[in-house]
Amino acid sequence: MKTLLELDGVAARYGPVQALTDVSLVVREGEVVAVLGANGAGKTTTLRAISGTVSRTGAIDLDGKSLKGGPEAIAKAGVAHVPEGRGTFVDLTVTENLKLGAYTRRDRSVKADLERIAEYFPWMTERGGQRAGTLSGGEQQMLALGRALMSRPRLLLLDEPSLGLAPMVVREFFRIVRQLNEDEGLTVLVVEQDARIALRASQRAYVLEVGHVALTGTSSELEGDESIRRSYLGY
Amino acid sequence: MLAAAFTDFMQQVVSGLASGGIYALLALALVIIHRSTGVINFAQGEMATLSAYIAWALIAHHSWGYWPAFAATLVISFVGGIGIHTAVIRPVERGSVLRIVIVTIGLLVAINGFVVWQWSGEPQQLQSPFGTDVYDVGGVVVAAHDIGTITVALGIVLLLGALFRFTKVGLALRAAAVNPEEARLVGVRVSWMLGLGWGLAALLGAVAGMLTAPTVGLDPNMMAAVLIYAFAAAILGGIDSPIGAVVGGLLIGVLLNMLSFLSQYGMFDWFTEELRLPMALLIILAVLLVRPHGILGRPEVKRV
Ligand SMILES: Nc1ncnc2c1ncn2[C@@H]1O[C@H](COP(=O)(O)OP(=O)(O)OP(=O)(O)O)[C@@H](O)[C@H]1O
Ligand SMILES: [Mg+2]
Repeated sequence: MKTLLELDGVAARYGPVQALTDVSLVVREGEVVAVLGANGAGKTTTLRAISGTVSRTGAIDLDGKSLKGGPEAIAKAGVAHVPEGRGTFVDLTVTENLKLGAYTRRDRSVKADLERIAEYFPWMTERGGQRAGTLSGGEQQMLALGRALMSRPRLLLLDEPSLGLAPMVVREFFRIVRQLNEDEGLTVLVVEQDARIALRASQRAYVLEVGHVALTGTSSELEGDESIRRSYLGY
Repeated sequence: MLAAAFTDFMQQVVSGLASGGIYALLALALVIIHRSTGVINFAQGEMATLSAYIAWALIAHHSWGYWPAFAATLVISFVGGIGIHTAVIRPVERGSVLRIVIVTIGLLVAINGFVVWQWSGEPQQLQSPFGTDVYDVGGVVVAAHDIGTITVALGIVLLLGALFRFTKVGLALRAAAVNPEEARLVGVRVSWMLGLGWGLAALLGAVAGMLTAPTVGLDPNMMAAVLIYAFAAAILGGIDSPIGAVVGGLLIGVLLNMLSFLSQYGMFDWFTEELRLPMALLIILAVLLVRPHGILGRPEVKRV
């Protein structure tokens, strides 16, 4: 498979706090890759480095081309980032949130895509006029996913989608992600605290430890190795 | 007697709506900037004055027709608003709210000084595009300028509303104002949108200035009082609600005229024209105390 995203020696800091020291990872086209690690390991910062919301050093390539510029340019290059806490536009309606997802697109098939999204999330059509801020947490997470899909991303970045959601909603969320991956070949890099569910949903995984990659392997390898599970994944 | 009172009443309503329309435009400008920067643009009135002077200069010194001058002034003001954002607001945008406030106050002083330096403080006459005709509608005397003002103000408000509601750039403007971080993630150039907001605010101010000058006379301080009424309108309607600003503007215009009307008929007979401005301040204070989010604003909900 072709390499879609490549991080090589990425480092990032917030003022005096060195959040990433040396992160290198690869995501191939059509893969679901998980990034795991304890609180403060640098998972969110890794995604922020990719989407350009934090300044970084080191190389990040999308499809062989260096990802440069601010978040707007990187969004336009085909990276959709669903941030920690979902980043819904709470004052805007469901439909407006979805339309904003397609902001970088110039083609005219946005309407067709709204219908395509509705196949995954039928309630979004009926409740298109509802203010996003009044949706439940699970619905907002689904909306954030739907909005990201509206951009027809080459790469989808998900930051802790399970945060604050009931187990059933989390399973439903990852079921949809897997379905998108299988049916449409969507490439996903997902950050999760909940290693168990992330390993089930992904093909490969990286484990971060204080700003660098501590280990990597296929998801089934990591899941099957009890000592790794105990010492790194905490279950 | 009753019929006379009714025509007086209607007359006050019409002229209240006309001045209210102007307050609404300026209040809308304040709201647009407040939503995106979190501050009140104290220079909004002077920006409007400058626009009115530009229109006057085009007509008086360069013998342009009224409407071409009107259109050109809108374009100049729009571009100027974007320029002000780029040159003086953007550099301090990331700082504290206080810094932006101080910059807008500096801007107020600077524009006022510029106007006096360029055109002297002498009052000038900017004509009304609607002429000085008055119509008699069933005994109610209405000035063509008032009708024109109401029409133009409503027209601009509707156009702007359509821009915000139905266009892609309008959606991006709203998203950028309230959730700048998330807006950048979906590819919206937030700083352009903020600049565009300043451009629109300057354009609204230009219309307000050009409509105010014919009645109060064009002079460097002509918008000072109007700005206070616009503050009152924006606060009354809800400082973050564009529709609230419009409703608030019309309400303030009509409300103040109602006081004049009632004082003619023995009620509130202490009320004189000199008390209009203090009354507006009283309204600001009362709204802030009783209902800080105004009529149509949403109360600030803190998430726990
Ligand atoms: N805005 C910030 N300012 C200062 N330090 C920060 C900031 N954001 C993150 N950090 C620090 O950078 C390090 C990495 O944070 P990051 O958010 O990437 O961790 P994480 O793996 O996503 O953690 P969590 O699982 O808790 O979300 C932490 O030490 C954190 O305290
Ligand atoms: Mg995180």
